[in-house]
Amino acid sequence: MDMAAVELTKAESLKPIPFGTGYKLIGKDYPTNDLVAKVTGKAKYAEDFRGEGMLFCRLVLSPMPHARVKRINTEKALAMPGVKGILTPADVPGLADYINDNGTRIKADKWGELALAAEPMYQGEPILAVAAVDELTCAEAIEKIDIEMEPLPFNTDPLDSLRPGSANARMDGNIWVQAKPPRGQAELTVLKWTDEDFAAEKEGKLPMGHAPDEWSYGDVDAGFRNAALVLDETFSTEDVSHQCLEPRTAMAHWQNGKLFLYTGTQSTFQTVSAIARWMHMNEEDVVFISEYTGGGFGSKITGALTLVIPALLSKKLNAPVMMRISREEEHFIGRARPGIRARTKVGFDKDGRITALDMFLVSDAGSYGSNGDGGACGQITSLLYQPPAMRWRNVTVVTNTPPRSAQSAPGGMQAIAIIEPILSKAARKLGVDQVALRRVNCPEGKAEYGPPSHGGKRPYATSCFLKQALDEGAKQFNWSERAARQPKQVGTRVRGVGVALSTYHGGTIGFDGLIIITPQGRVQIQSGAGNLGTEALIDVHRAAAEVLDVPWEACDIVWGDTSKHFPYTCASGGSQTIHALTRAGHAVALECVRRLKEVAAKSLGGQPADYEVANLRVSQKGGGVGMSFAEAAQHAIKLGGIYDGHDVNPQVNKATKKAVAALAGQGLVASAKDNYPHDGDSFSYVACFAEVEADLETGKYQITDYLAYADVGTVIHPAALGGQVLGRSTLGMAHAIGQKWVIDPHYGVTVAERFYQNRPPTILDVPVDMKWNALNIPDPETPVGARGIGEPPVGGGCAAITNALADALGDNIFQRVPVNADTILTSYEAGRPMQNPLLAHI
Amino acid sequence: MSESDDLKQNDGAAKTITRRNFILGVIAGGAVVSAASYRFLAHSRRPLPGAGERLITLYVNGKPRRVDVMKQETLAWTLRYKLGLTGTKLGCDRAECGSCTVLIDDTPYYSCSVLTHTVRGRNVTTIEGLAAADGKLHPVQQAVVDSQGFQCAFCMPGFVMSAVAFLKSHPNPTRAEMAYGVSGNLCRCQDYSKILDSMMRAAEYMRRA
Repeated sequence: MDMAAVELTKAESLKPIPFGTGYKLIGKDYPTNDLVAKVTGKAKYAEDFRGEGMLFCRLVLSPMPHARVKRINTEKALAMPGVKGILTPADVPGLADYINDNGTRIKADKWGELALAAEPMYQGEPILAVAAVDELTCAEAIEKIDIEMEPLPFNTDPLDSLRPGSANARMDGNIWVQAKPPRGQAELTVLKWTDEDFAAEKEGKLPMGHAPDEWSYGDVDAGFRNAALVLDETFSTEDVSHQCLEPRTAMAHWQNGKLFLYTGTQSTFQTVSAIARWMHMNEEDVVFISEYTGGGFGSKITGALTLVIPALLSKKLNAPVMMRISREEEHFIGRARPGIRARTKVGFDKDGRITALDMFLVSDAGSYGSNGDGGACGQITSLLYQPPAMRWRNVTVVTNTPPRSAQSAPGGMQAIAIIEPILSKAARKLGVDQVALRRVNCPEGKAEYGPPSHGGKRPYATSCFLKQALDEGAKQFNWSERAARQPKQVGTRVRGVGVALSTYHGGTIGFDGLIIITPQGRVQIQSGAGNLGTEALIDVHRAAAEVLDVPWEACDIVWGDTSKHFPYTCASGGSQTIHALTRAGHAVALECVRRLKEVAAKSLGGQPADYEVANLRVSQKGGGVGMSFAEAAQHAIKLGGIYDGHDVNPQVNKATKKAVAALAGQGLVASAKDNYPHDGDSFSYVACFAEVEADLETGKYQITDYLAYADVGTVIHPAALGGQVLGRSTLGMAHAIGQKWVIDPHYGVTVAERFYQNRPPTILDVPVDMKWNALNIPDPETPVGARGIGEPPVGGGCAAITNALADALGDNIFQRVPVNADTILTSYEAGRPMQNPLLAHI
Repeated sequence: MSESDDLKQNDGAAKTITRRNFILGVIAGGAVVSAASYRFLAHSRRPLPGAGERLITLYVNGKPRRVDVMKQETLAWTLRYKLGLTGTKLGCDRAECGSCTVLIDDTPYYSCSVLTHTVRGRNVTTIEGLAAADGKLHPVQQAVVDSQGFQCAFCMPGFVMSAVAFLKSHPNPTRAEMAYGVSGNLCRCQDYSKILDSMMRAAEYMRRA
């Protein structure tokens, strides 16, 4: 770490900076380029595309949680007028090995999910698809298909699956064992605990049998010995569906051997390789169109596997095929966050500083694939609360429930939901102010986290100014006054305030940028990111425009159609984009400036260093000769080679090289790779504050106020950032106030599959005037100083609410989220938590 | 039955479309809701479901539109698949999310739960019909642009249509009243704060206009 960085990470020395200070574009609000299309209805999402002679298809879902399809008779259905074809599991290509971006061969997962299942692993898994002239004909045809299924043993509750003698969700196992380095794939195996292991269950505590995944650092036992207070708490988080408003509808058609596919995605660029892999095709033969995506939240990282269904049907039938996904279908195939049952022992000294932390997790993996939520839960706990000694254990259990995937702050959200109530309880027991307790445990600067890596050193953050965010937030929220306000109860209404820390990963590195200066003098920026509404797709290019010193109005962003050729781009998931692509944008803008100067020097004489770039011109410093961007582009085309893309920057990814080759000759074509140094791992941070009011007579409560104060490095686009800070906070609140699954364990079937049953928050569930703010202190490890924000507020949004509820109602109300009116009514009266903390999906 | 007969018959019901009327409409319209009826109808009455379509006239965004509709066809389907007005979104198709909200004679309705044949002769306004012919945005649309309202925007057309109707009858709402005004619409990006900012700005623009 250099001295400048040390200076920057002195947490106490830096104050919030007004947005946009020192910049022309960065930190300023502006209407994003896609906004008018959205608000006039012209924006096209997957279901808005049409093809000549387009057919529709509908899915047949498994009615059983685990079964084998023994026989399918489609004869009568196929004989119906208007029915064009039927796709069965036998028609879907199996999973193949593939080579990833870095050239590494990834072995096909033998337990992997396919678009249609011959052995469905959950109720609602697609097993057949029917294509016809319209959906009504599809539905009639489905009634005529004869399917014989053999029911198989199933289990929908992860803890039950660990019980001696219980059924396994899969024929060959019930838990995933995480890969040991060097990184491989998780392996399925069988794990059953003993009756003795389950003894703790009777006391309402999570039993702790063998857990295959484990790490630790520091002296955990000594930490507990030296503690003034030790708490041992059981807490569960709920499985929560992504419930994107746009279901994963897809449309496909073929032309000259090429597949044209339309669906929502979190990465236009990266979905092409996924489609090619799932379809066993060459990437060159896939054209992917995804101009607008109606929400992803981690569930559409590279589109959705089911997109192969219209693609295969379209190929078979030689006609465009639209597969509309209904809301119920979306519930089953639309992914969800894994619920985690946790038992956590935390030691505190008298000031509330954590002395040791011992975390034991049972994570629900659902029916396909392992997930990293349990692992991230440990890592985020370690970073956010900085325990000097910590042990983490985890078992990831397979259940016959819909597949899980990353959801905004995967694992991190659960970590914060699990740990924060313990901190709140400790503060009350120790008589320490809630903000003060969080302040003494707050990470700072290049904070370390997790266990030592192979090199023996612990990983660390690029920077952290969460203490300032906490202090500034407490000031803005008027914390001290609100926390001391009496009386808390008026009539049957009782008020409480809560604070929670929050963090998650905030960026990756190493992607490419691609800019064309056109002969018309426009700055054309090729953007391969997904357009799912965060506006990162567009916002990141403000950094490129800033470096090029061009007005935003001179920039055209090209996105959403891979036939337009995009550079190697990250997926817009895991809060990567703002960090990764402002770096790539910065790099390519500098490359563009360099090439513009060279073109000017070659055409007008002198050295490149004699020139400067400003106001869409490249001119000799001090007012000599110069040329417009339009002229420079025309000269670049004449010069050819590296200037117009006939040669390519050798540092860029092979995908970027292909894009440059395809765009060669269209102007000054510049590409560059993000090679900037990056010391540490990027995280963003949020301090969250909430006030609630609960009615003891009805158990109903309302969130009356909320503030999130963020440390995200440099603020690029305040309005979009604010939307993310509060939007992701609300996604977290949903986990606290009601969003959940309900599954009948006896039959293994879902009884809540629609919005009104799963209850995502409406506009009336959130405070009418939520507030956000940000420090705008740049991250020292990235050129523009900006990090992502999609994930970091989620955990804090949930925990600020539960902490406020505990402040209002005491520590003996809930051991799980969501906290519903009935939770409060029954527990408040009994004086202890009345809901079983361990049963899944209640 | 002639088109004018249908008009008369549906006139009363159409003005107050309720869930009950909707269901009654489905039954009266001969829509098939059970597997058994699918089978029964498929062979005996019509070889293709589309064969039940009839030509009717709708008034959409100020223009008469002649369109073939099935009796059980929803307005959302007609708008999206027969008239090419894909700005109206289907998020749930069961009156839960509000993405398909359109105006019928200035009243917002979930078009997924309105049968097309019940709105003959009435004025249907969709998101595509808000801006002026010269492209000038409606004040609510302009306010959304100026506030960077919404994220993925799949819910946006529905919210905007609800807000247009609400602000017509409540030109000076408080923030809480505005929230109630659009509470029949769901945003899964949960951008409610920024949506309310946009709508409050919209109220101001509409008062000025």
